[in-house]
Amino acid sequence: MNNFSKRLGQYGIIVLVHLAVVVLWHLAIKITEVPDYVMPTPIATLLSLQEDYGWLHNTWVTGVEVWGGYGLAIVVGVITALLFSWFRTLETLLMPLMVSLNMIPKVALGPLFIVWFSYGIDSNILISFSICFLPILLTMDRGLKEVDPDLIDLVRTLNASRLQIFTKIQLPGALPYLFSGMKVAVVLAVAGAIVGEFIASEEGLGYLMLQVQVTMDTAAMFMGVLLITLIGVTLYALVLLLEYFVVGKTNTVN
Amino acid sequence: MSQAFIHLSGVRKTFKSRNEEFLAVSEVTFDANAGELVSIVGPSGCGKTTVLKILAGLHTYDSGTVKIGNEEESFDPSTDIGMVYQQPLLLKWRKIIDNVVLPAEILGLPRKESLERARYLLDMVGLKGFESNYPHELSGGMQQRTSIARALIHDPKVILMDEPFGALDALTREKMNLELLRIWEESKKTILFVTHGIQEAVFLGSRVIVLTAGPARMADNLEIDLPYPRVLDMKTHEEFGKYTRHIYKHMDMA
Repeated sequence: MNNFSKRLGQYGIIVLVHLAVVVLWHLAIKITEVPDYVMPTPIATLLSLQEDYGWLHNTWVTGVEVWGGYGLAIVVGVITALLFSWFRTLETLLMPLMVSLNMIPKVALGPLFIVWFSYGIDSNILISFSICFLPILLTMDRGLKEVDPDLIDLVRTLNASRLQIFTKIQLPGALPYLFSGMKVAVVLAVAGAIVGEFIASEEGLGYLMLQVQVTMDTAAMFMGVLLITLIGVTLYALVLLLEYFVVGKTNTVN
Repeated sequence: MSQAFIHLSGVRKTFKSRNEEFLAVSEVTFDANAGELVSIVGPSGCGKTTVLKILAGLHTYDSGTVKIGNEEESFDPSTDIGMVYQQPLLLKWRKIIDNVVLPAEILGLPRKESLERARYLLDMVGLKGFESNYPHELSGGMQQRTSIARALIHDPKVILMDEPFGALDALTREKMNLELLRIWEESKKTILFVTHGIQEAVFLGSRVIVLTAGPARMADNLEIDLPYPRVLDMKTHEEFGKYTRHIYKHMDMA
């Protein structure tokens, strides 16, 4: 009971803080009398959903790009980290390259991707993927290396197979690192997809925002930002939930 | 007289880096009988750990003979070695009992029997009731007891201990020394106990192998003629002082 009310209190605070910001936002506009096309009220923002902007479809498209790029980055990033840990020469050869690639502002690659893959959902997934792949690879790679060599020695005296060492020691040990990388990557995945839509596309929330900008529909632009944020927040919450179930409270980074 | 269970003679090991050779162990010769507790003492860098790793099959050696097992007692290197390090090296995402059964899992021993034995061993090391706790909930001494139980789970004939109590405070260390003697008498294992504590070496061992650094070589093989069960009071005995002084002299400290 005590635990439950404590939980409830925590969630209550989260909701209250957000509500307070919305109220302050509303009051600030009412008091300063800023015109609607500069800064809409929360109510005007919400009412923009009534406009026929294909909100559902565009949110869906951006969602697919974000989640698709993110999912792809996790799969490819984890597999690459595993290959690196199994074949050290591969890591020696490719890791410096990966670090250099990490330095490229991926946003700058957007126009190139569109030349290469034409524009649309696929190339936006790729931009999103390219921007969040490296944090996943680097954290997973680091996690796989964090195992104490003495512990590996201990199981080696028992003739443990490479697979056993991996499934029983390396992988569970690396998971907290992977999750910390995954949390960072959520923000990047959203940014990647939106940038792709800004550069060239004919659907998605980023595209929609450029369209309504022309007509100075600031309220709709605000709504666009809110929905984009919502996609990111949902993904983040899912990662937290997954972390809770897979890793639990005991297996954290130090 | 029967053959020794562990037999080393003239063992030499050098580590080669690019253009340097580093002599880690020179001419180590000693025997240990089945069920004997032998201490190996020396300053850091004298090759104590290297000797243990050679016995565990984790290092090769350049010359000499290493033989474990005799006509009465066979020895299988993959199932008959238990290791305890200075750090407990527990898997933080596993409960205490699941940490203890790790070697049994790797060897593919039946799960039900392993869990039963793990409970028995945890009782023996004084951790009854902590089976379902996680490592971070236990003190350093309790974690080290867990790692001792883990070393015993697959019923190995030899336990190799590398400064197992080096990270504990002085009081806990003395307590663990007594515990180890009790566990040793109960389990009848052959134990090789590496330490840099001269008092600890004399107090525990029926024999003390003295190694010196710079150059790394074996300096003495001292029989400790103190009766078991040993009690802390013996540390004040005339005999005890004679042994420790003798070893100090070898290390040019007296």
